[in-house]
Amino acid sequence: MSVFESIRVAWGGLVGNKLRSTLTMLGVIIGVSAVIALVSIGQGARQQVTAQIQGLGSNLIMVIPRGNGAGRLYLDDVADLTKRVPEISVAIPDLTRQVVVKWGTSEYTTTAEGTAPGYEQVRNHNVADGRFLIQADIDQRRHVAVVGYKLYTDLFGERNPIGEQILINGSSFTVVGLMDPKGQGLGTDYDDRVIIPISTAQRMMGTNRVQTILAQARSSGEASQAVARITAIYQKKFPTRNPGTDDAMMVQSQDQILSTVTTATQTMTLMLGGIAGVSLIVGGIGIMNIMLVSVTERTREIGLRKAIGAKRRDILAQFLVESMILSLAGGLVGVLLGMGLSRLGALINIPSTVSLASIITAFVFSAAVGLFFGIYPAMKAAVLDPIEALRYE
Amino acid sequence: MAVATPVIEFRQVAKIYNPGEAEVRALDNVDLTIEEGEMVAIMGPSGSGKSTMMNLIGCLDRPTSGEYRLLGEEVGRKSDNELAEVRNRRIGFIFQTFNLLPRLTAVQNAELPLLYRGGPTPVRREASRKALEAVGLGHRLHHRPAQLSGGESQRVAIARTIAADPAIVLGDEPTGNLDSRSGAEVMAIFQDLNRRGRTVIVVTHDDQIAHHCRRIVRLRDGKLVRDETVAKPLVASPASMPLAGALGGAGLAGAGSTGSGGGRG
Repeated sequence: MSVFESIRVAWGGLVGNKLRSTLTMLGVIIGVSAVIALVSIGQGARQQVTAQIQGLGSNLIMVIPRGNGAGRLYLDDVADLTKRVPEISVAIPDLTRQVVVKWGTSEYTTTAEGTAPGYEQVRNHNVADGRFLIQADIDQRRHVAVVGYKLYTDLFGERNPIGEQILINGSSFTVVGLMDPKGQGLGTDYDDRVIIPISTAQRMMGTNRVQTILAQARSSGEASQAVARITAIYQKKFPTRNPGTDDAMMVQSQDQILSTVTTATQTMTLMLGGIAGVSLIVGGIGIMNIMLVSVTERTREIGLRKAIGAKRRDILAQFLVESMILSLAGGLVGVLLGMGLSRLGALINIPSTVSLASIITAFVFSAAVGLFFGIYPAMKAAVLDPIEALRYE
Repeated sequence: MAVATPVIEFRQVAKIYNPGEAEVRALDNVDLTIEEGEMVAIMGPSGSGKSTMMNLIGCLDRPTSGEYRLLGEEVGRKSDNELAEVRNRRIGFIFQTFNLLPRLTAVQNAELPLLYRGGPTPVRREASRKALEAVGLGHRLHHRPAQLSGGESQRVAIARTIAADPAIVLGDEPTGNLDSRSGAEVMAIFQDLNRRGRTVIVVTHDDQIAHHCRRIVRLRDGKLVRDETVAKPLVASPASMPLAGALGGAGLAGAGSTGSGGGRG
């Protein structure tokens, strides 16, 4: 019997039992759509986090005190690193604090970030209007401020803010610049802040320390070497019992953070896909179950088909094609449903990316499920003894 | 005409179930020869081995010992696939319970053996349609078995055989589930098929049915106990549905020229 005839016969068998076929297919549909939707969400999350980390700046290196290094990072360290680490082009201090900003009658709580020229380059975030901080602002501890885009719209609306006087925690500052909108990333809103000279910030906050040092490597290739050099400097300066694990300064490059996060989200994606894959296997067991029932129910039919000349392979093909149709049709509907679900997720701000690879994988996997779980019932049907089968009540 | 090869030739054929201590000799060294164009009834009480003989003749089973030649070919040595091929081309089964597939229409049911033989769909459909017309069901082509009476269902089953055009028609209690009138119709078709050259073998326990055949073979406890010739077989009245002349065109090629059966009738 030709493949086409096998498909026709199998199709007839399925259509003859529409409700049952649909319910069986539902198992595969749910499995495949769950795989597609969850993997898409996992991949979407990864892309989002990756974009956010890349948005931190370019070739960024962060020096963050921890353990017994807490509070032991000073402005001098910035100059020191710039001098001693040739792989970095610029390094800036960073000191943030929650502050209250007032303009006229408007009042907002926002983040004040004390830093220095070079911020634009390190953060890859430029002024839209006016100017950024200059060295003279730092040296003379000027009360000048550059406002982030969100703070600007909240505080000034449409009005040009340059030259306006604002109060930060009660101290008067002159607005000299306005940053480009940059958006949010990794839990912070880069637009909801006011940038002031580091020296002024230290005075206001009553400290001579800095929270973190941000540096930019000259190229992504030199970043790891810069990290190694900076790590060595601080390991020597603050010796610890287990260098490498309890260092006083955590030095991380953007690439390192990226690979850590990528690994984490990949693991998450695999886990989600795996869980969904389990439901696909459950769907396959459903196919096997229903095919076994079908073979038993149709024992006499099998007997008759054999009596009038069906060979084992004809019977095998008939039932195998049935289970393949169930799983492939289920897979197809599942792919469409999965794409729909991830589209729906995008509508409610769950980032998701449907990749061709996940579609093909889910589809091939569902075909494999149909083949794997269909082979046993089909074999069972094929080896039935026609005499016994014809006598079956 | 040269000496024709017998259609069926049993040489000391035995079928033994559960060989060993509790063995059952369903058929015990039976010799039987059936020539082309014969119409034979196989009779016997239940347990006499007539079903076993039926299964062997129909190539659904192989003998435990002895030799079964069908159209001159030894069956015991054939593979499962070859036996399927033989069943498909040489043998037409008619069952007591009709064994139609409930999901398929009459025309689809009659087409089934041709499906396993291959060939273009329109040709198969046409053969199936003509076979149904030949048994007087030209008006029931697209009915499903549930919509047909018992007699009509059995006629669809016969059409399934006619469409396949086998040399041997094997009826297993073909009238067992039918009223006497439908039974007579079925026997009329069998006699007509026989007249057209088919070798017809009917397993039955009904004397009336058996006496429609020219030869009656009686089995008891797996042995052939009597082989008699019926001098004047009963002639089933074609009644309401004479086999239409379309039979000849329904794939029964050579039905008219296979003279032996027609000559004796």
